[in-house]
This record gives sequence, C-alpha cells and structure tokens, in this order.
Amino acid sequence: MKPYIAILTARFRTMLQYRAAAVAGLWTQVFFGLVLIMIYEAFYASSDLPQPMTFAEVASYVWLGQALLALLPWNVDTEVRAMVRSGAVAYELCRPLDLYNLWFMRAVAWRTAPTILRAVPMTALAMFVLPWIGLEEWRLQIPSLTTGMAFAVAIVCTLLLSCALTTLMNITLLWTVSADGATVMLTVLVTLFSGMVIPLPLFPDWAQPILMALPFAGLVDLPYRIYSGNIPTSELPRVLAHQIFWTATLVFIGRWLLVRGMRRIVVQGG
Amino acid sequence: MNGVRLYFRYIGVSIRGQLQYRGSFILQSLGHCAVTAIEFLGVWALFSRFGALRGWSLAEAAMFYGLISITFSIADAFARGFDLFGNMVKSGDFDRLLLRPRSTVLQLIGQEFTLRRVGRFAQGAFILAWSISVLDVTWSPGKVALLMFALLGGVCLFTGLVILQATSAFWTTESLEVWNAFTYGGVFMSQYPIAIYRPWFRRIFIYVIPLACVNYFPLVAVLGRKDSLGSPESFQWFAPFTGIAFLIVSLQVWKIGVRHYQSTGS
Repeated sequence: MKPYIAILTARFRTMLQYRAAAVAGLWTQVFFGLVLIMIYEAFYASSDLPQPMTFAEVASYVWLGQALLALLPWNVDTEVRAMVRSGAVAYELCRPLDLYNLWFMRAVAWRTAPTILRAVPMTALAMFVLPWIGLEEWRLQIPSLTTGMAFAVAIVCTLLLSCALTTLMNITLLWTVSADGATVMLTVLVTLFSGMVIPLPLFPDWAQPILMALPFAGLVDLPYRIYSGNIPTSELPRVLAHQIFWTATLVFIGRWLLVRGMRRIVVQGG
Repeated sequence: MNGVRLYFRYIGVSIRGQLQYRGSFILQSLGHCAVTAIEFLGVWALFSRFGALRGWSLAEAAMFYGLISITFSIADAFARGFDLFGNMVKSGDFDRLLLRPRSTVLQLIGQEFTLRRVGRFAQGAFILAWSISVLDVTWSPGKVALLMFALLGGVCLFTGLVILQATSAFWTTESLEVWNAFTYGGVFMSQYPIAIYRPWFRRIFIYVIPLACVNYFPLVAVLGRKDSLGSPESFQWFAPFTGIAFLIVSLQVWKIGVRHYQSTGS
C-alpha cells in the first residue's frame, strides 16, 4: 500500500502548483452557475405542473456540479498518454507494482487534487456568499448531518467510479496511442448521461429507466440528489449498490483489457 | 501583396497544415459537433418538461441558439490567433511580429484558422434551419439581410472580445482566463432570449458587452414579436452596429497596448 500512497501525495503536490489557473477557472464556473440557475428559475416560473425536482433542489444540484466538475472522467491522464507516446511506459512495467493499481492510484490523485482546490471556495461562495448578497433562493442548501454524511459516502464511491472509467480510458491508449476517439466518445456519454447537461429526472419519463441503469448516473445525478434530499437517505444503500456494482464491473473489464494489451505492447522507440 | 491576399495566403497555409492530420481532424470536428449537439438535447428536454420558457417556444429559442452558435464558431475559427498571443508575449516571439512591415492584427489573425470549429458551425446551422422551417415567420429580403447583419455584428463583437483578452496580456504577460466567462459564458447565456434573465444581469450584456444587440434584439425583429424589454423596432434593426463599434474600440485599445509593449527579453 505504501508506494501507492507515495504516488498519491507526489501527484497531489504537483497539482497544487497551479493555483492561479484554479482562481480563473473558479470565476468562469461561478458565472456559468449563475446563468444556469437563472435559466431554471425562468423555466420553473413558466409552469405550474408538479416537477420531479423542486427549484431549490435544482439550485443545489447546479452548484455541486460546478464545485465537483473536476471529478468527472472526461479525459485520459495526460501523463500516461505522454508515456505511451514516448515509450516511457516500459518503465511502468519495471516497477514492482501491479500496473492496474498503479494507474488507478494515479487517477485518484489526478481527480482529487483539482476537485478539492475548486470545491472548497465554490462551496463557500454558493453556501454563504449568495444568501449574504440577497440571493437566498439560489444558494447551495446546508444539508442536515445525516444527508451530509450519506452524501460523503456516495461521493467517495463516485470518485472510485470515475477513476475506474479514467483507468479504462488510459488502457485504451495501448491500442490507439492518441485516444482522441475514446476521449470524444466518453466526453459525450459522460456529459449527457451523468446529469451534467440537466438533472436526469428532468429528462422525459420514458428515458428514466435507461438513465438510471447506466453507470454514468452514479457520477453526478445520484450523489447530488442525495445531497439535495431529492433521494431520501433511506435509499442510500441502493445508490451505493449501483455505484459499487459498476465500479467493480469497470475494474474487471479494465484488468482484462490491460492483460491483453500488455501481451501485444510495442514500445515506441527509445 | 495587399493585406487581404496576404491573409488568405496565411489561412491557406494553416488549413493545409491542419488537413495533414486527417483522422484527428475528422474526430475532433465530429466530437465538437456531438458535444454541442447534446447541449441542445438538454434544451429540448427542458422545453418538453416545462412546455414553454416565459412565453418563448422551443422553436423560437432554437433561433437564438442556432445564431449564436454559428456566430461564435466563425469568430472562434477566425480570431484564434489572438488566443495564442499570451504565449507569444511570454516567450518574446511577439518581437518578431513587430519587426515585419505588416500590421500586428493581420499577422495574428493569419496565424491560424481553426477548421475543426466546423463541427459547431454545422450543428448551429442545422438548428437554425430547423427553427426557420418550423416557425411561421413572414420572410422579406430585409429580414434576411438583418439576420446576416446580426451574424456580422456578432462575429465582430466576439473578435473584439478576443482582442481585448489578448490586449490584457500586454500588462499581465499572461492571457487572462477570466475573460472566458464573457466569451464562452456569453455564448452560453445567449442561447436563450436575454429577456428571461434578471435585470441586473441583462444590463451587463446590453450595455457593457453588447451581446444582446447582435442576438436578442435583431432576432426579436426577425420573429416579429413585441419586445418584452420594450425596445423600439427601429433600434432592433440597427442594434448589430454595436458589434462593429465594439470591434473598432477594441482595435484602438489594442493599439494602445502595442505602444505599451515591453518585451520579456527571453
């Protein structure tokens, strides 16, 4: 376990160097968050029909989405890509570690560091600054202790699910080298089916069973709705089962592919 | 060789260069198209769930969406050279541009014409065409001209914004990402009629960065609706001029920046 933790902390420190970019990104995200909330506000004002989510729940959902954007598996690890291109990936094979675990830990570090950098100030803004400047109804709700804890557990599973997907994409690099195609496909699938475009319950009712069965719901929609109270805490075991089932499946596929990829690997040059 | 011919020579080189990596180009264009297309899927889902948006129908909103997508994709492909400007200042490469007997603006926009934006363009054009075919608008030559005028004004406005963003690098030696909120965020905001937002927010995009003047106001005239913001029709027809004026002002600011330029010396 020790070498994996070392990888985690080393990458963490590298990521934390890019603080200026994080501040600029934060401002852009606040802007997008405000626009999104105004759009929902206008939609909710246009219809008297009962909706599957209240406006306050959607507002919390939007802010969580802005705070945790970096947690989504929308690209391959640039370091792994560079290694596959240059041939340095051969060094990875020399390490006395399980390659899948190594890449998984890299992914964990790679997703966690920027997420924490962004989530803390964004949460502070959306939770406390918004009501302070008179936009009480747009705020990120403060959860009760039980919902907060349920959300914490669910978001850890989200991290694992996201990293399983990232690692799977990294492994496709062994075949494609550039991973352009895989990245495009995954970005489309993740943005649409995770709930990043709009909360999944707002999609038509006939689409709900499909959306809820796919692995992507566990990345955004399920944990965020636990937070906002749209899914009661008593449902937490079902959410976790969904996330863990998909994580395990993706890890299994990833490991199987990695073994096959290693058998045919050609190291590019010296 | 005059400026225009030189510009076309520049972008010819850039386009040929990008077509060398055909597979990557096709994937990136398709990807760009798909990513923007799913965004519209979200708009569609919201309309089907809520019925209407403060009196606007999906087809009407699609016109705003389509026009701003086309506008931005053209401006983004065209003015991308300015995006690279921050790095040029940092590395000192901008000195070389100053030595050449041509305007810096021409050299910068000639640096790259980003072809893969064709994905977003196609998607925007498709949605605009769908909206026009569904809506019952009585078209006249004047309205077609207004639509083109709005497009021109919009491209000018976005180009102006990119130039202002680049100009800030003269003082900070880094391209400031805070502007992204106004470019990418501005596109996102303009996908819906601006009348749906809160008044303080609308004012920013009417008076400070006049995006509403190249999208909302002219399209209200095209749709033949009465503006809920109370703008007179004569204003709606001339509003896109604001975009051109914005570009002219940005170019003046750029000139001040160039005069202020101190090389990093690297």
